[in-house]
Amino acid sequence: MNLNTIREIKRPRSSDEIRHWQDGYAWLAGGTWLFSEPQIHTHTLIDLETLGWRAIASGPGGIEFAATCKIAELYAFHPPAEWKAGQLIGECCRAFLSSFKIWNEATIGGNIVMSLPAGPMISLTVALEGTYTLLPRDGEAREVRAADFVTGNHANVLERGELLRSIHIPGTALAKSFAFRRSELTHLGRSSVLLIGTRGEPVGGLLLTITAATVKPIQLTFDGIPTAAQLCNAIDAAIPESIYLDDVHGSPAHRRHLTYHYAEQIRQELGA
Amino acid sequence: MNLQVNGKSFAATPAPGECLRVFLRDLGWFGVKKGCDAGDCGACTVWVNEKPVHSCLYPAFRAEGKEITTIEGLAKGGELHPMQRAFLDAQSFQCGYCTAGMIMTAASLSDEQKNDLPRALKGNLCRCTGYGSIRDAFAGVKNVAPDVAGGSRGASVPNPFAEAIVTGRARYTSDIPPMDGLLHLKVLRSPHAHAKILSIDRSEAMAVPGVVEVFTWEDVPRRLYSTAIHEDNRVDPDDTYLLDNVARFVGQRIVAVVADTEGAAEEGCRRLKVEYEILPAVFDPEEAMEPGAPVLHDDDGDSHILHPEKNVFLELHGEVGSVADGFAEADAIYEDTYNAPRQQHVHLETMQSIAWRAEDGRLHVRTSVQGPFIVKGKLCYLFGIMPADLHVFTERVGGGFGGKQDMMSEDLPLLATIKTGRPVKWEFTREEQFTGATTRHPMKTHVKLGAKKDGTLTAMQFRLVSNTGAYGNHGGETLANGMSGPWAIYKCPNKKGDGYAVYTNLQCGGGFRGYGTGQPTFAVESALDELAALLNVDPIEMRRKNMIGPDDKMESVLEGASDLTMGSYGLDQCVDAVEKALASGRGLPKPEGVDWLEGSGVALSMLDCVPPTEQRSGSEVALRPDGGYHFTVGSVEIGNGLVTAQQQVVAQVMGCPSARVTFLNADTDETPYDSGTFASVGMMVPTKAVENASVALREKMLAFAARTTGTKPEECRLDDGAVMCGDQRMPLAELHSAAKREGEELLCFRKAYGSPRTVAFMAYGVRLAVHRVTGEIRILFNVEAVDTGVVMNPNQVRGQVIGGVVQGIGWALQEKMVYNAAGAVVNPTLRNYRIPAFADAPVTEVFFADTYDDIGPLGAKSIAENTINPVAPAIGNALKAATGVRFTTLPFSEDRIFAKLQGFEPA
Ligand SMILES: Cc1cc2nc3c(=O)[nH]c(=O)nc-3n(C[C@H](O)[C@H](O)[C@H](O)COP(=O)(O)OP(=O)(O)OC[C@H]3O[C@@H](n4cnc5c(N)ncnc54)[C@H](O)[C@@H]3O)c2cc1C
Ligand code: FES
Ligand code: FES
Repeated sequence: MNLNTIREIKRPRSSDEIRHWQDGYAWLAGGTWLFSEPQIHTHTLIDLETLGWRAIASGPGGIEFAATCKIAELYAFHPPAEWKAGQLIGECCRAFLSSFKIWNEATIGGNIVMSLPAGPMISLTVALEGTYTLLPRDGEAREVRAADFVTGNHANVLERGELLRSIHIPGTALAKSFAFRRSELTHLGRSSVLLIGTRGEPVGGLLLTITAATVKPIQLTFDGIPTAAQLCNAIDAAIPESIYLDDVHGSPAHRRHLTYHYAEQIRQELGA
Repeated sequence: MNLQVNGKSFAATPAPGECLRVFLRDLGWFGVKKGCDAGDCGACTVWVNEKPVHSCLYPAFRAEGKEITTIEGLAKGGELHPMQRAFLDAQSFQCGYCTAGMIMTAASLSDEQKNDLPRALKGNLCRCTGYGSIRDAFAGVKNVAPDVAGGSRGASVPNPFAEAIVTGRARYTSDIPPMDGLLHLKVLRSPHAHAKILSIDRSEAMAVPGVVEVFTWEDVPRRLYSTAIHEDNRVDPDDTYLLDNVARFVGQRIVAVVADTEGAAEEGCRRLKVEYEILPAVFDPEEAMEPGAPVLHDDDGDSHILHPEKNVFLELHGEVGSVADGFAEADAIYEDTYNAPRQQHVHLETMQSIAWRAEDGRLHVRTSVQGPFIVKGKLCYLFGIMPADLHVFTERVGGGFGGKQDMMSEDLPLLATIKTGRPVKWEFTREEQFTGATTRHPMKTHVKLGAKKDGTLTAMQFRLVSNTGAYGNHGGETLANGMSGPWAIYKCPNKKGDGYAVYTNLQCGGGFRGYGTGQPTFAVESALDELAALLNVDPIEMRRKNMIGPDDKMESVLEGASDLTMGSYGLDQCVDAVEKALASGRGLPKPEGVDWLEGSGVALSMLDCVPPTEQRSGSEVALRPDGGYHFTVGSVEIGNGLVTAQQQVVAQVMGCPSARVTFLNADTDETPYDSGTFASVGMMVPTKAVENASVALREKMLAFAARTTGTKPEECRLDDGAVMCGDQRMPLAELHSAAKREGEELLCFRKAYGSPRTVAFMAYGVRLAVHRVTGEIRILFNVEAVDTGVVMNPNQVRGQVIGGVVQGIGWALQEKMVYNAAGAVVNPTLRNYRIPAFADAPVTEVFFADTYDDIGPLGAKSIAENTINPVAPAIGNALKAATGVRFTTLPFSEDRIFAKLQGFEPA
C-alpha cells in the first residue's frame, strides 16, 4: 500500500553513510512487510538494495548469505549434495505463508529482523547453527548466534539503527542429517509449529529447534539420542506454558501438543 | 524517473512512499487491481522485468529503468496470451476482479509450478469461483458452448464481459480517469465500543496541507435511517445517523475528512482530537437482554425498536400444533446448542464510491452496491435532494455476497460533494471491510427434536438468538428468514420457535449469502443426525422420511398468509444424487496410517427464492436498427452471471444468438426501477421482467410484420435475424425501418414482481478424513446436488455452486473473526482472516435436478445463496461419523478439533 507518511528515500552506497540514526528511519529491504501495513511512525526509508551486497558466497567452511539475499535467490541456490541439511533451505522457503511472487522481493534479513514466531528464515538459520553479523551505527561489527537473536514475538537484540549484515552457516551443521516437521491451520498456510532436528554423523547428538510454536526459537541440545521420556522432560523444562504462542493461527494448547508429537517423531526418525 | 509499461515509455515521479500498484493506476493502467493492498490477494500482480510481483508491496521508486507488464500488455500483436485464451475458454471468473492478477500469475508459471497449483497459486485469492473454473483453465477445459440461435436456454454461452475481463479492460468502480479537483475521503473510526462524544477539535486537522473539510455529527442532517437496502424500509429499524455523537462499536465512523490526497486525509484523521466519555459495553446478546445491561438505543418511538430497554430489536415467536404433545409422543429426544459465527464477505473489490456534481447541476454517484435505486432513495431522503437531481449507478461490481446490500460508502462522499462542490471519492481499505462493514450475523441456536422409533419427527423446537451488533440493519429480516426455510423443509405437526435479534456493541450483521438461514441450518441438520443416531436410523433415510414432498404444505413456526408456493420440486432427486455419489467411492482415498479417521455426512437446505418483502423490477427490450436487441434492467451484475442469463432469456424468446443482445443495467437514469440484487432475486424478478418484456416485444413485432406483409398473425414467426411471414422472409433490420417509417416503436416495457414466490432445494454430501492426533481435516470427496429449475447456463450455475460450497468450507473450517476484550477485531487482514485459497478448495462435483419451475423465467429459479447452507452441517456430520464427537461451534479448525479429540477444551 502507499506509505503516505514517507517523505524521503535514501539510497546509500555504503551503510556507513547512515551514521546519525533518527526516529522515523527504517531500513528498506524487500519491503514486503513494510508496504503491507501503514508505517505511520516512519518518514524515511533507507534502501539496502543500493548497497549491492553479494547475495550468496559458498566455500568449504560454510555459506555466507547477505541479509539482502532474496528468498527467490535462496530457493534457487543448491548447496553441494554432501551438505545434506542444505535441503532445509527448500523446506524452510516453502514454509512461508507467502507465495513465490513475494519471494522475488522479500529478503532473508527482512524475515529475520521481523522476528515473527513463524519466520522460517529464523527456523533455518537457528537449526543450522548460524551466526549473524550485525553492524551498529557507531562502533564495530559484532556477531551473535542465530539462536540468541530473537528474544520474543517481534523482538530481537538489534540496537537502534543496527543493521543485520550477513548470516554465516557453518559447513559442519550443513553436513548433518535432518528431520523437518511443520503444521498449519489452513493448507500451505502460516506455520503454527515448525520443528527441525539435526544430527551429526555417524554418532552425533540430537539438536532440536522449536519455532513457530513458541514466541521465540527454543533449541535443545542432546549428547546422543534421548529416550522419549528424556525428550519430554527436556521440552517441559525448556518451554514454560506461557511462551506457546496464542494467536489466530493456532491455540497454545494445540501448538504445545504438536510440539511434543513432532519432537517424538523427529527423535525416532533421527535415532533410527 | 523513466520506466517502460507494456512497451511504452513513461516519465513520472512517484511519491517517496508510493507503491507500484497506485503508481501504475495513476498512469492509467486500471487492470492493476486492489484487493487487499497488503500482499495477500494477488489482484495487483504485475511483472517487473518479467518477474511477477505484488505491485502493492513494490516500492514505486524501484521501478526506475524497469520494464513493467500489466494485464493490458500481456496480449501481443492483438493475439491473446495462451493463458488469457485458457481463462476465456474455461470462463474462469465470475465478478472478474481477481482475474487480472490471477492470469498474470498463471502466465508466469513454469511447467513444474503448474504441476503444483495449490502452491503456485497460494498468493492469489478468488472469492467467487471456488477455484473450480480456474483449475479448468490449467487443464485446458472448454466450458463454453456455441452460441446458436434459438438454443440459448441451457447453453453455457460465454459471459459478455469475458474478453474485457481477461484483458483487464473491464471497468470496476475506480477504473475511471481521475476527475479534475478530485478529493479523497477518509474516516476516523471509533476506538471505543461504547462512548459518547464530548467534543471534537478539528483545528489541527484543518491545518494539514491539503485537507479541505472535516465533517462531524454536527455537520450532517440529523435524520434516523437504516443502512440496509430493502424495498420496504420499514422492515429495518431507523436507528442510525450519518455521523453520530454516540459510538456503539469499535470501528464506527466518527468524523470524515476530505483532502486533495489520501495521505492528507489520513493525516487529517490522525490530527483530530476527539474527547469521549466511555460508556459500559456489552458484547454477548444473552447478557445484553439481561436487566441492567448497557442500553444501546433509547428509542423515543422513531426507530421502531421492539424492546429498546432490553436491547431487543425484534422478537418473533410461533408455534404450530403443540410441541409439548409432540415431545410426549417421541421415542427419542435430542437437544443441544449450536454456535454459528461471523463471516466476512471478502468481496475482492472493497466498497467504494465516487460522487460529483456535473455541469448539468445534477449529482452523480458511481458506486459498488447491490441496490442503486434504494441507495438513491435513501440519499434523497437524507439530504433532501429531489429524485430528478440525483443519479446513482454501478458499472462492474467486484463481488457482493450481500456485503453490498447496505448503503455504506455512498453517503459521505455525496455529503462532501454537496458541501465542497468538488468530486469526492471514498475507497474502503481491506481493514475497514473487517472493522466498519457488515458480516454474517453470529447466531446461537438451541435446537430440540423428537421422533418416533421409525424416525418420524414428532416435534421441532428452537430458540434462535442473533447478534445484530450495534445497528439493526438486516437483523429482523435475517431472523425471520432463519425461522423459516431450515424448519419448513421437514414436515412435522408440532413446531415451535422463539427468535431474538439483539443489539450489542459489536459491528453490525448484514446480508450474507443464505441471509440468516445458514446458521440455524447448521443446528437443525446436525441435530437430525444426532437424533437418527439415537434411533439407529440411517441419516439419509431419516431425512427422506421427514422432508417435504411436492404436495406438502411448507410450514415453519411463523403463521400467516404466505405467497410461497412450490413452483417445482426436486429435493428427492438431490438426495438420491448425493447418496449415489457418496456411495460411488469417487474422490481421494483415505490417507495412509492408523491415525486417519474417515467419515461421510450429508445435509439439506431449502431457500425461498425471493424475500417475503416487496421486490420489484422492470425491463425494456427494443429491436435495434441492425436487427439485434437491446435491453435495460435495473439489476446489478455482481459476478452472479445475471446479465448473461438475461441476455440468454432475450435470445431464447427471440430465437437469436445471445451475442445479438446488448444491454445496460443498474443505472437510475438509464434503466427501469429495480429493488436490488440480493436474496437470490436476480433470476426471479429482474430476469422475469426481461422475459416478460421480450415476450411482449416478440408479439408486437409479429403483429406488425403480419400487418405490413398482409399475412395471418399465426403464420408469422421469428427466425434468427428475420421474421418469417408464411414463406416470406423479412430481415429484422428491414422490419425496424418499416416500423420506423410508420411511426411504430418496436420496444416494450414490462414489470415483474416478487410474488408468488417459489423455493429452491439443495443437498450436499462430503467424505473426509480427520487426523486424530493433529486434528487436520482433508476433504476427500464432496458433491452438491441442486434443484434450480431449468439450468439457464450450466457453466455459470456450476460456478455459483462451487463458489458457494467453497465459501461454506471457509466458514466451516477456517474463517474466524476474533475480538479482543475491548470489542475490537484483532485480525482485520487477509493475512490473518484466512479465506479459502486454491489449496483449501477441493474438487467439487455438481449435480442438477431435472425440474421446471412454473414461476421463474423459462422454468429457471434461484441458485446463488442456498449453495452455502448445507456445507457446514454436512462437514460436522462427517466429522461426527469419523470421530464419534459432535462439534457444535464453527469453524472446525484443527486446534479446536484436536482439543476435543484429546478430551480437553482450550481456554
Ligand atoms: C503474503 C505475505 C505472507 C507472509 N508470510 C510470512 C511468513 O509466513 N512468515 C514470516 O515471518 N513473514 C511473513 N511475511 C512478512 C514478510 O514478508 C517477511 O517476513 C519477509 O521476509 C520480510 O522481508 P523484506 O525483505 O520484505 O523486509 P522489509 O519489509 O523490507 O523489512 C521488514 C523489517 O525489517 C527491517 N529490516 C529489513 N532488513 C533489515 C536488515 N538487514 N537489518 C535491519 N533491519 C532490517 C525493516 O526495517 C522492517 O522493519 C509475509 C508477508 C506477506 C506479504
Ligand atoms: S492488492 Fe496486492 S496483493 Fe492484494
Ligand atoms: S471472480 Fe475471482 S474474486 Fe470474483
